[in-house]
Amino acid sequence: MLKLDSKIVESCREAARVIAEDVQKTIDAHTTDTIERTILRLLGVDGADAFDVPLVNVVIDHIKEKGDLSKGVVHYLANAVAETGATPKALALAIAEGDVDLTRYDAPEKVDASLLDDAMAPMLQTIKKQRLKRLSALKDKTASAPEKYVIVATGNIHEDIEQAISAVALGADIIAVIRTTGQSLLDYVPEGLTREGFGGTYATQDNIRLMRQALDDAGKEAGRYVKLVNYASGLCMPEIAAIGALERLDMMLNDSLYGIIFRDINMKRTFIDQYFSRVISAYADITINTGEDNYLTTADAFDEAHTVTASQFINEQFAAKAHMDRRLMGLGHAYEIDPEKENSFLYEYAQALLARTVFPDAPLKYMPPTKYMSGDIFKGVAQNTLFNIATVATGQKIHLLGMLTEAIHTPFMSDRAIALENADYVERAFRGFQDAFILNPDGLIVERAKEVLAEAESLLHTIKAEGMFAAIAKGRFANVSRTLAQGKGLSGVTPKHAVYQNPVMDAMLTTLKEENDG
Amino acid sequence: MDRSPSVNIRPYGDTKNDGKIQISFTLPLKNDALGEEAAKALAAKMGVPDAHVTHRKSLDEQYTFYILYGTLTHVVDPSTLHVPLATEAAMTKEEVEAFIAGHFQEEIVFIGASTGTDAHTVGIDAIMNMKGYAGHYGLERYSGVRAINLGSQVDNERLLEEALKHEADVILISQTVTQKNIHIQNLTAFIELLEAEGRRDDFLVVVGGARINHALAKELGYDAGFGPKQYAADVASFCVVELHRRGRKTFT
Ligand code: B12
Repeated sequence: MLKLDSKIVESCREAARVIAEDVQKTIDAHTTDTIERTILRLLGVDGADAFDVPLVNVVIDHIKEKGDLSKGVVHYLANAVAETGATPKALALAIAEGDVDLTRYDAPEKVDASLLDDAMAPMLQTIKKQRLKRLSALKDKTASAPEKYVIVATGNIHEDIEQAISAVALGADIIAVIRTTGQSLLDYVPEGLTREGFGGTYATQDNIRLMRQALDDAGKEAGRYVKLVNYASGLCMPEIAAIGALERLDMMLNDSLYGIIFRDINMKRTFIDQYFSRVISAYADITINTGEDNYLTTADAFDEAHTVTASQFINEQFAAKAHMDRRLMGLGHAYEIDPEKENSFLYEYAQALLARTVFPDAPLKYMPPTKYMSGDIFKGVAQNTLFNIATVATGQKIHLLGMLTEAIHTPFMSDRAIALENADYVERAFRGFQDAFILNPDGLIVERAKEVLAEAESLLHTIKAEGMFAAIAKGRFANVSRTLAQGKGLSGVTPKHAVYQNPVMDAMLTTLKEENDG
Repeated sequence: MDRSPSVNIRPYGDTKNDGKIQISFTLPLKNDALGEEAAKALAAKMGVPDAHVTHRKSLDEQYTFYILYGTLTHVVDPSTLHVPLATEAAMTKEEVEAFIAGHFQEEIVFIGASTGTDAHTVGIDAIMNMKGYAGHYGLERYSGVRAINLGSQVDNERLLEEALKHEADVILISQTVTQKNIHIQNLTAFIELLEAEGRRDDFLVVVGGARINHALAKELGYDAGFGPKQYAADVASFCVVELHRRGRKTFT
């Protein structure tokens, strides 16, 4: 570990706290279409209408058309459930048939949200059960080495399963199903088992359930619990978080900054969505993965290293606001410095060690080289090997394996096998490395780590002064600028009415606060 | 030693025309002698009758990865081949600028985007933005050029709209995601859109990306295609020469 000036680290954390607090004001004052749909999902509404439109979309669109979504779906639903005796799902089906007008149940005052308790309780119970299942499966596991994380992305869930089973047989600890290109811009979660995707596979509840089952089976055979990952970032962050909680995902990519910067999603929309999605993940004990590693694909990894560190501090505070335990904060970073640069390995080492030192309890997600991977697969293996060394030697937790064919296609089964073998070898060869060396306090690694931390501190104070929204508009992350009024999904943001309620989030927060205090 | 290319050539290991090659692939077969035989039989069909399986590894019970070395019996005569390229000899930035100054009345307008659901911008930015890529400045820095970069995830319809609004001469499209040929669908749709609107002849339409080449671009109805290791000067050279040939904005 590095010896860092704890005053600087504290100053970073404090600035990040203020930055997050400021954004939280906007978050608390608004709801969004997908948040309301999430509430419905967690009241037991699933499935689609005759045109494959998810029922949760049918209901929210119905309220938007006939009523006022700023009052929240609960405002209409609570009395409807009480008066008709029907479940939320039955009502949703009736709305889809055109047999019920939910806005008839409008009321001048806040409604009694506890009328929905019967619908909510079994859903929360399911999440709790899933959480316990994971906890008991992992209780004997002492993770010494980094957990090996590989992706599958064939587009066809059945083929993904074949690929995943092989990866498990070869030692993978974590399987991520990458989503198809474009899914993050869909303002609904598609339904059913899917066989066609591009550069990834649709995240649907059925696909997730099938993969979960396959990994449970493969894990049983391999004698260990295999973790499953999917992606929430996009226009449906809390809905996918809810599906993940119900279907026992173990990790979830969860970062609104990725959506803003790389998918041009409106910042207001996705910060609001991110909050509820993190509350759900915290409640379900799902580890989140944040995406600051991606900044280094459009910005230079050496010059802009501090933006990753600064973003990690901010993401930590956003997660803390959602009452998420530190052991669930899989903050992202990456090995992306130009291999032509002299001493690139030492700089990468410094950055990795810095993250490890500053966030000692976080299961850091460390990304392999991607940008400077080329069609030269043989050189690619060398790049991945150096990355693996940095991962093991600095004690990273979530080890995303690099693929030799990164610049060519989404991984073949053999690409993954080569990566797993490489990682295994490095892990064995470098196990005692950390204990065997003391870093030269005046050497390049220590110096570089201090420099990056100092630059991160200065950036965080700048952002604290100008505010997060302005900082994003100025292109401080990834050299990409996005403005408050721009981007996809803004029309789905609504200020909360005085009668607005979200009993699902309230229940989760109550539990989380009790747990944190206790 | 004679280094002149022979007419019929084979891969080179350590002796001229020894035909030595390496092949690797996975088969959906158990890791056993029969699987190894199947791998060799496939290599034989590829023209490598004497392949050795130097490595085989189980990927799980039903899949095995093979590495083979052997001697390729096929030959190729390079003089019979033709590589379609958009530009035979690209000009430098300065040459392009001089060409524009000498031949055109007005500045040339390039409009570009990464289209469809594609969110990759590094390629189109490399071509269009001031900074360029790998030491090659982008079009924005060229005198006589106006470069408008719409960014990523731009619908075909919107790209056409903006091209018309800005009276663009050249439309530049970048496509990076090519898995399951998604780019072919999207690229074809853009040409169909141009044709349906009667606008195909109003623009030079050029596509680029890691998996794009000129031959593919022509096949899809584009004027030119560019791939890896090609930069702003390459595309600019093609465009100014072609616009000049078409007599667009040229001195009369
Ligand atoms: C950076 C990157 C990203 C970044 C993009 C950031 C950004 N704003 O651009 C992020 C992290 C967001 C990303 C996301 C995804 N990515 Co990506 N990404 C890459 C990566 C690492 C580098 C690409 C790059 O920047 N290359 C550098 C540029 C300069 O090269 P280039 O684009 O080829 O451009 C050159 C030429 O082709 C040409 N050119 C390019 N365009 C044009 C246009 C014109 C007109 C001309 C003349 C020339 C030209 O000029 C350039 C200079 O020579 C590659 C892997 C790799 N190493 O290649 C994967 C890769 C391209 N991504 C891939 C995938 C699948 C995705 C995702 C779909 C994954 C997912 N399911 O979520 C997502 C979604 C994005 C989407 N919807 O499009 C795959 C594509 C596989 C395939 N063959 O289809 C790759 C190959 C990785 C992999 N092996 O899986 N990605």
